[in-house]
Amino acid sequence: MWRWVVLAGLTLLILFLPFPVRVTTPVERTFRIQASRFEYSPAILSVNPGDQVTIELVATDVVHGLSIDGYDLETSADPGQTRRLSFVADRQGSFRFRCTVTCGNMHPFMIGKLQVGQNNLLWRGALLAGLALIAGAWRVRK
Amino acid sequence: MSRLQEVPWKDRIITDESQPARPRRLPFNERINLYRIPWIRPLLQSRWPQLLLRSLTLAGFVFTIVAGLLGSRVGSHNFAIIFVWIAWWTALKLAFIPLGGRSWCSVCPIPLPGEWVQHKGILEKGRQRFGLNLRWPKRLKGSWLQSGGFLLVGLFSAVTLTDPHVTAWVLLGLFGLAFGLSLVFEKRAFCSYICPIGGFTGIYAKTAPVEVRVIDTAICAAHSEKTCYQNCPWGLYPVALRDSAQCGLCMECLRSCPRDNLAVNLRPFGSDLAEPRLTKRLDEAFLALVMLGSALAFSAVFIGPWGSLKSAAFAIGSPAWLLYGLGLLALNLIVMPGTFSLAVWIGQRWTGSKIQLRQAIADRAQVLLPLGLFAWIAFTISFAFPKFNYVLSVLSDPLGWGWNLLGTANTTWSPDVSGFSPILQIALLLGGLFWSTSVAQRLAKTFRQSLPIMAFCLLFTLTMLWLLVG
Repeated sequence: MWRWVVLAGLTLLILFLPFPVRVTTPVERTFRIQASRFEYSPAILSVNPGDQVTIELVATDVVHGLSIDGYDLETSADPGQTRRLSFVADRQGSFRFRCTVTCGNMHPFMIGKLQVGQNNLLWRGALLAGLALIAGAWRVRK
Repeated sequence: MSRLQEVPWKDRIITDESQPARPRRLPFNERINLYRIPWIRPLLQSRWPQLLLRSLTLAGFVFTIVAGLLGSRVGSHNFAIIFVWIAWWTALKLAFIPLGGRSWCSVCPIPLPGEWVQHKGILEKGRQRFGLNLRWPKRLKGSWLQSGGFLLVGLFSAVTLTDPHVTAWVLLGLFGLAFGLSLVFEKRAFCSYICPIGGFTGIYAKTAPVEVRVIDTAICAAHSEKTCYQNCPWGLYPVALRDSAQCGLCMECLRSCPRDNLAVNLRPFGSDLAEPRLTKRLDEAFLALVMLGSALAFSAVFIGPWGSLKSAAFAIGSPAWLLYGLGLLALNLIVMPGTFSLAVWIGQRWTGSKIQLRQAIADRAQVLLPLGLFAWIAFTISFAFPKFNYVLSVLSDPLGWGWNLLGTANTTWSPDVSGFSPILQIALLLGGLFWSTSVAQRLAKTFRQSLPIMAFCLLFTLTMLWLLVG
């Protein structure tokens, strides 16, 4: 029984204990993203929490859009046009951004990634995976 | 494996009363026989409800092919793509398999016309069969071809999943193959040995809480006609059923048993797992590993941010696609089987086990099933919910011709799961890991024997975590 109590305690600790925060001074960052059929370039944007981010979306072939999961933002650009999107990266973690204008067969899977600071969710998930393994092994002890 | 001619331990199956080697009753303590529930019984006993459902799925299947061939080439505006790869594929993984095992197979439209012709009847079988009714070649038995089929789907997935024409032709091809095989081979050869979806549903049906089983084996032994075996479209002998991987839940055995000796049980999840396997056949182990490898590959291609990988997977025939294909095959044919075999081998060495590696791999592969099922569900969540608006949209405009039949053609609403879905995905992956670890422990003699396999499961879970929420 005590093992399960320890496991439950560790689970709560992993879930709610704040990770050490690297203090950074917010800066302005501008990314020029070229959108062509089914890919963004660059596709992975890394910023720090609090940064003022500007995305310049350039569509190189057909009309493409961009919306970011977790941020209520959306824009689209005609071929050759540049559209700007500015926001403060106030939510930490990893967020997918997706094309919002049907641009071809693989359109539903045209995806990029905005990384705001450390992805605590991933780290917590990885640590919990270790606990899940221990719990599974304890459940059927040999 | 439950076909009488294939079970390696068939000598131990009671076929007459002079062999009282096994207990008369199978352990049914934790099971509820749904066939005994008064309002469910007539629904299963009559063929009409099933025929009605089959007719609906067949009509939907035909419409899907028509929509794929005649409708818009833009996948997100075509019923064929949205209903096959978003609605049905999601329902299969989120509901049909985890709750009903091979329940989809009981209403699947693909083998129906072939079966009706083979049986010379739709509702009732004719007295004689149509076609050659040959036995399936022994060399091709098992799930090797299903694994190959799934790999083939993976190689062409970026096009198959997004191009309505290709989806329609693939469905037509499966339909033609099923029909042709039913004219040449006996029973449901296509479903048992070829259909990649059958392989997928079959292997994960072992985790599901539904089974068809014999109630009292002694009654079967005394029944010389074996009508259940004669009437099973899958060629299964219910007494020999050790797991639910092969049973298509068609209920023909229940209908044909004159002694009312079959049960449709509601059972605890994963009841088929953690039973030591006597076989040395590696086909199911390979299929389970292909499912894991495919979950990784699909997550990388469809959910990952790597545009060049998407483009490579889409540009069939190009050098980039060849490289992608080689990578996919290397992952599924070398990396996954090699790493898992190594894990089993280390466990065997550490404990000085005398069991052959081949048998140990076949046995321990059960560990991979909860892990794989939950990984597939987690992968599905990441794309199914954000694309839900497409389902409403194609219901109004199934061919992408600008119709608005139900007034939902321009729906943009989808459930906003961006905050919730990563947490759900993590919970699912952890649930799969916990369950798999428990199965690994149950199968192993000591902790040291299961440790390398647990490490394999952990590595897979961490990779999926990184792909889905990283």
